[in-house]
Amino acid sequence: MSHLLREHAPITQEGWSRLDSEARERVVPALAARKLVDFGGPHGWAHSATNLGRTEGVSDAPEGIEGNVRRVLPLVEARAPFAVARSELADADRGAEDVDLDELDTAAVRIATAENAAVFHGWSAAGITGIAEASTQDAIPLGEDCERYPRHVAMAVDALRAAGIEGPYGMALGPEAHTNGLETSQHGGYPLLEHLREILGGPLVWAPGVQGAVVLSVGGGHFLFESGQDLSIGYESHDAQSVQLYLEESFSFRVATPEAAVALTP
Amino acid sequence: MGTEQYHEPPSELPAATRTFARLCTSLTEEAEAIGWYEQRLAIEPDRDARAIMRDAQGEEFKHFSMDLEFLLRRTPLWREIAEGILFTEGDIVEHGEEAEEEAVEDEASRGVPVTGSESLGIGGLKGDSA
Repeated sequence: MSHLLREHAPITQEGWSRLDSEARERVVPALAARKLVDFGGPHGWAHSATNLGRTEGVSDAPEGIEGNVRRVLPLVEARAPFAVARSELADADRGAEDVDLDELDTAAVRIATAENAAVFHGWSAAGITGIAEASTQDAIPLGEDCERYPRHVAMAVDALRAAGIEGPYGMALGPEAHTNGLETSQHGGYPLLEHLREILGGPLVWAPGVQGAVVLSVGGGHFLFESGQDLSIGYESHDAQSVQLYLEESFSFRVATPEAAVALTP
Repeated sequence: MGTEQYHEPPSELPAATRTFARLCTSLTEEAEAIGWYEQRLAIEPDRDARAIMRDAQGEEFKHFSMDLEFLLRRTPLWREIAEGILFTEGDIVEHGEEAEEEAVEDEASRGVPVTGSESLGIGGLKGDSA
């Protein structure tokens, strides 16, 4: 039996398929970080820490002994609870297509947003330093004027090249800046986001949880996401009306090359 | 040439499935190479040439095993069945039937789709910038 306790839920095989499929559909568009950084694993729920390959001296080692303790990065568990009405699950079993899974949809975006925020801006209590805060490059103010985005992105790409960081380059664009960009056509009607993609030579992704934007090398080896248990739905409890479930994952994240990203601040 | 490993339109496949397909292709190629070296070794009379071929075949064993381990890590049901068959003694077919039956029934009883694990199976999404 897995710790997700799915077999204890009053949910049929068809019901689980519907929930998993809905969650996948909602969470993937929002998982911006995974579209830009290296993904390792999944190593399973029992995987607790990432090896950093470093040690720290132990001060009170016995006389004549040198003591070193290994430094590791612990994985953080992230969980987004939600509820589903049992009547809706029963309707799904009857073949209903318009099942109300609003809480699941919200939880999916919430956990993806939290993952993005941890990767790009850090989660200090969990020991995670984000890409934007780790960057040793000067931040570039993004500003309100969308027409100037191409200039800012080109400056960021130039800064990465100047630091010897090879492309292709990608960009995580926060929701507000993304919406502004989507609504903007440049002179001649050319879509702004397409222009930015050409400058980057790589992906531009909608990134809930990101403030402003981050331009980074997607060449690999610079930004390392390690998955313990990949995103899964687990069972918490139920009563006559509803089933309490959750979306959960465990992961760590570390920056190997701080100079391989430029933050574009809002 | 580069997309022949896909059975479905690559643009419609998630990045994780494309990676999975690439490793399946790689696994096949390593197995083919192992078979080719086995045939060459069977007929090559030169001792030095045989030593080189045996060394090269060892590389293919390693590549095949790494590909397999990657695929098993990404496919818990496959891994569970493989655990009932690999590195055991006795009747291989019998172990296979038992392992498959146990793993699939176990998954089905938990309401898990037969093809997947309990996770949503998302993994890395590099190359999927939609």
